[in-house]
Amino acid sequence: MSTASLELPPAIPAESRVTYLNAEYGLKSWLLTKDHKRIGLLYLATITIMFMFGGIAAFLMRVQLLEPQGALVEPETYNKLFTIHGVIMVFFFLVPSIPATLGNFLIPLMIGARDVAFPKLNLLSWYIFVTGCTLALIAIFSGGVDTGWTFYPPYSSNYSHTAVVWMAMGIFIAGFSSILTGLNFVVTIHKMRAPGMTWFRLPLFIWAMYATSIIFILGTPVIAITLFLLALETLLHVGIFDPSLGGDPLLFQHMFWFYSHPAVYIMILPGMGVISELITAFSRKKIFGYSFVAFSSMAIAVISFIVWGHHMFVTGQSIYAGLIFSVLSFLVAIPSAVKVFNWTATLYKGSISYEAPMLYALGFIGLFTMGGLTGLFLASLATDVHLNGTYFVVAHFHYIMVGGAVMAYLGGIHFWWPKITGRMYPDMWARIAAALIFIGFNLTFAPQFVMGYLGMPRRYAVYPAEFQVLNVLSSAGASILAVGYAIPLIYLFWSMRYGPIAPQNPWGAKGLEWEVAATPPPPENFETIPIVTEEAYNYQPLKGAHSV
Amino acid sequence: MSDAAVTHEGHGHGHVAHQFETVEQQREAGQLGMWLFLMTEILFFGGMFTAYTVYRELHLPAFELASREILEAKYGATNTAVLICSSLTMALAIHSAHTGKKKWQTMMWLVFTMILGLTFLGIKLRFEWYEDYIHHFVPGLGFQYRPEWSSLGSQMGQVQMFMCFYFFMTGLHALHMIVGLGILTVLLIMTARNRFSPDYVAPLEISGLYWHFVDIVWIFLFPLLYLVGGRYPH
Amino acid sequence: MLMTVTQPGLHQLAGVAALFPIQPPEASTIAAGIDQLYYFLTGITLFFTVLIFSIIFYFMIKYRRRSPDEIPPETHAPLALELTWTLIPSAICVVIFFWASYLYVRNARPPAASTEIFVIGKQWMWHIQHPEGPREIDELHVPVDEPIQVTMTSQDVIHGFYIPAFRVKKDVLPGRYTSLWFEATKVGTYHLYCTEYCGTNHSHMIGWVYVMPKADYAAWLAAGEQNQPMSQSGGHLFSILGCASCHAAGPSGDAPSLNGIYGQTEKFADGSTHVVDDTLIRQAIIQPDSVQLPNYKNIMPTFKGQLDEEQMLQLIAYVRSLGTEERKNGQ
Repeated sequence: MSTASLELPPAIPAESRVTYLNAEYGLKSWLLTKDHKRIGLLYLATITIMFMFGGIAAFLMRVQLLEPQGALVEPETYNKLFTIHGVIMVFFFLVPSIPATLGNFLIPLMIGARDVAFPKLNLLSWYIFVTGCTLALIAIFSGGVDTGWTFYPPYSSNYSHTAVVWMAMGIFIAGFSSILTGLNFVVTIHKMRAPGMTWFRLPLFIWAMYATSIIFILGTPVIAITLFLLALETLLHVGIFDPSLGGDPLLFQHMFWFYSHPAVYIMILPGMGVISELITAFSRKKIFGYSFVAFSSMAIAVISFIVWGHHMFVTGQSIYAGLIFSVLSFLVAIPSAVKVFNWTATLYKGSISYEAPMLYALGFIGLFTMGGLTGLFLASLATDVHLNGTYFVVAHFHYIMVGGAVMAYLGGIHFWWPKITGRMYPDMWARIAAALIFIGFNLTFAPQFVMGYLGMPRRYAVYPAEFQVLNVLSSAGASILAVGYAIPLIYLFWSMRYGPIAPQNPWGAKGLEWEVAATPPPPENFETIPIVTEEAYNYQPLKGAHSV
Repeated sequence: MSDAAVTHEGHGHGHVAHQFETVEQQREAGQLGMWLFLMTEILFFGGMFTAYTVYRELHLPAFELASREILEAKYGATNTAVLICSSLTMALAIHSAHTGKKKWQTMMWLVFTMILGLTFLGIKLRFEWYEDYIHHFVPGLGFQYRPEWSSLGSQMGQVQMFMCFYFFMTGLHALHMIVGLGILTVLLIMTARNRFSPDYVAPLEISGLYWHFVDIVWIFLFPLLYLVGGRYPH
Repeated sequence: MLMTVTQPGLHQLAGVAALFPIQPPEASTIAAGIDQLYYFLTGITLFFTVLIFSIIFYFMIKYRRRSPDEIPPETHAPLALELTWTLIPSAICVVIFFWASYLYVRNARPPAASTEIFVIGKQWMWHIQHPEGPREIDELHVPVDEPIQVTMTSQDVIHGFYIPAFRVKKDVLPGRYTSLWFEATKVGTYHLYCTEYCGTNHSHMIGWVYVMPKADYAAWLAAGEQNQPMSQSGGHLFSILGCASCHAAGPSGDAPSLNGIYGQTEKFADGSTHVVDDTLIRQAIIQPDSVQLPNYKNIMPTFKGQLDEEQMLQLIAYVRSLGTEERKNGQ
């Protein structure tokens, strides 16, 4: 089945054969497409726009925090900025990012299918997502929201006079997009694998997407109901969460975190799947410990549902509840550690090259390790009492979500860019950007660990002067990070038109998407559905095949 | 490692969508998809059931009074019977198509199901919700406290909370019923156009799953909402 | 650490270190313990981060691709290795969990002889009430070397009470009481923050904790504005709101006497039993029908909306002060 992928066939200009990009032209062919590859690109465009809104908010926040008394805006505005940043980055960027873009594009290709199980539902998911984004933008531009992305009542229901209901409805609707995407993926992976593609021959990206989809399906409905109840409370004041009317504000927190903790695993698991693909491709080796990595994804998905109480250790819940959630939170860390060791061991005796995707992957492993280990400080009851609600928590989750998930996302975008667009991007600029992102990121967030232990609370628009040095360091890092993110935006766009035509398999990687589907693929993905006879990442048969 | 072409089946009975290789694959995918969707619905309703249960535990006297005095169990019970019958007629519709009966039989059972569904909605709308509205029991639409509830003292506010949950939960359920009626209409048209055969009943089966699920949700809702506390003072 | 004052280099280092602190002052009995755990965790984090980065760096160089079509040899993943690097992190986690939980459980229970101070959080300030009477806003004076229990509630939204130097924090919730305790060990001035986002001026809801030598604290208490002790203010409210007319009417009254009731376990009309604590008293005042006693009619009116949280605490302090009297017979 597989052609010796190290042999780089003469690049057939994409214009002279039918690909999913040129099969049909015109806005209607994109807006009414049922092709999973085009839908992936529709999502890519949408979440990139949302990322920019969230990123601008972050930038303004870091400018504000240059000075202890605030350098830019009034607290009222700052409160809206951190809320908008959080809501957009969580619900409208990170949650859909890898699943809706790379997941949609790659899952059928990787398993040898022609499309996802329900292509029309897939398109509907995108429209639902866009509707959610629109409502969120209406909320932002009609005055903003100032409750924090956590929307805790009674502040959000009774005291904040901002566009809470619009924003809650935007998230509610976007949630259905996630649910339907997750459903589509699970059915696709169960029912549409090519002949011979057994579960344990699947690429690890598929395992990661499967685990993520379980969380989508089971967790998202709960946040939907929670936000709906909050909206009802805000509009009708019947006392669902208002203690003065017999309600319980902690019930909101339990329901909110029941989804929002698994949500953070929605944000990291796909990234872990990408890393498995990048590490193997750029060391030309099988993954070390395939079944451990595959099962660890499933373990994370399951355990993620029973740790939510660690967000509530200082709310006055019972000591026993604290102990149980603490031990379970330690438990959920173990599978992630197993992955980190397996990825590192995959490099052993590999044949490693340092193109930009690999730089992102290696950066991920280190930064995710640090982010994950700082999670232990928060799973530990005694230290969490001191650290909860401070910048330590902010640093911890940014290490995982930015140092982890966003870097994995960028690494994946770069890796599969030739497959998606048929073009190469300039690798030198890509490596420079990766380095800038790595440096800028660490300078932004490492000082925040120190700030946090010193006691600086989060969500503060102004702060005591003694924290200024650390804040200035952090803001300086943020400006470098911003440049680092801007550079790929420019060259990736540029490459779509001016980049050199990509060969069939520029990285020499294994996988049906590289070895069988053309670059870029035709609308039906494969001329004939392949039959799979080997396990994933089986580079051995290529040994000595051809020398250039 | 040679390529093998996989041929399409399924000509004649039922169209196989382009992403599927066989009718069987398509059918199984549809079934799995619907079961997964129903699982999300369980979590969706489950979130509300959880919140309701917490507050029922905290404010039982108010919830008992609201359930006993405002809701009328006879309508709830009738509607339960109506829905159970509609699940029966739905199953009979699927059976009829599966066993190759004439299409008018399948259509008849589908129509009965729709009539029962409309009956459910009619009873709910006319005898429950409309009555609640004109008696000022709808939160947000002129809700008024009754003087005879003052025995609840400071818990009186929770009567309104109960009604909030009542309308929200039954409203969400009714929304699912309306969607179900829409699906039944589509199935009716498809049956009329001879789309189904003993080999191809997938859309009917999947819709049947959905309809039964909506029925089961009601079977939980009825005792939870209508049968709180006894009929007699204790 | 060997360091003599006569070594100017280390002295300068220490001076520089003081400019760039990485921890708040250790000003309470539990702070050092928390810091030890924190530094252990930091050590683990740095160890594994450096380890992973170093290994990656080393492999990147040693196993760099040497020719464009190089395919490396296969390596095998022995189960023993997988188990090792599953079990060692698990063991480390177990150690951390037990250490942290031990500290947490030990720190959770206030010593029996704690002085109690009351805090009401409201947008956007901290109202602090000493039982002896003095009130403060955004400032908390406490004596050194004495265990202090802080009982808190919110007038409006959720707040968070946080004193980094003491390593203590607890959310402050409307409609219920939460508490924390500390024993300050160093005289000085320390930050107090609100740590649960509560609206526009959340970042202005900060203040200072003044730890004073005991004699100074006693003098401060005495010299404070002529406020009544909380229990006295509470007693005043008890009579002007009409509570006394039922509750202090003697054995023939319509309401139970509250003498000695604080801290007792009572059986209620619905069969449940509860300890009479701050939360129950507050509930009884706001939702009297939810704490009906057997043998008494349900005639207590609700005082919901008639008392703010400060007055509520004063009434509770009054009920507590009745606890020292014997329980009257027949109750």
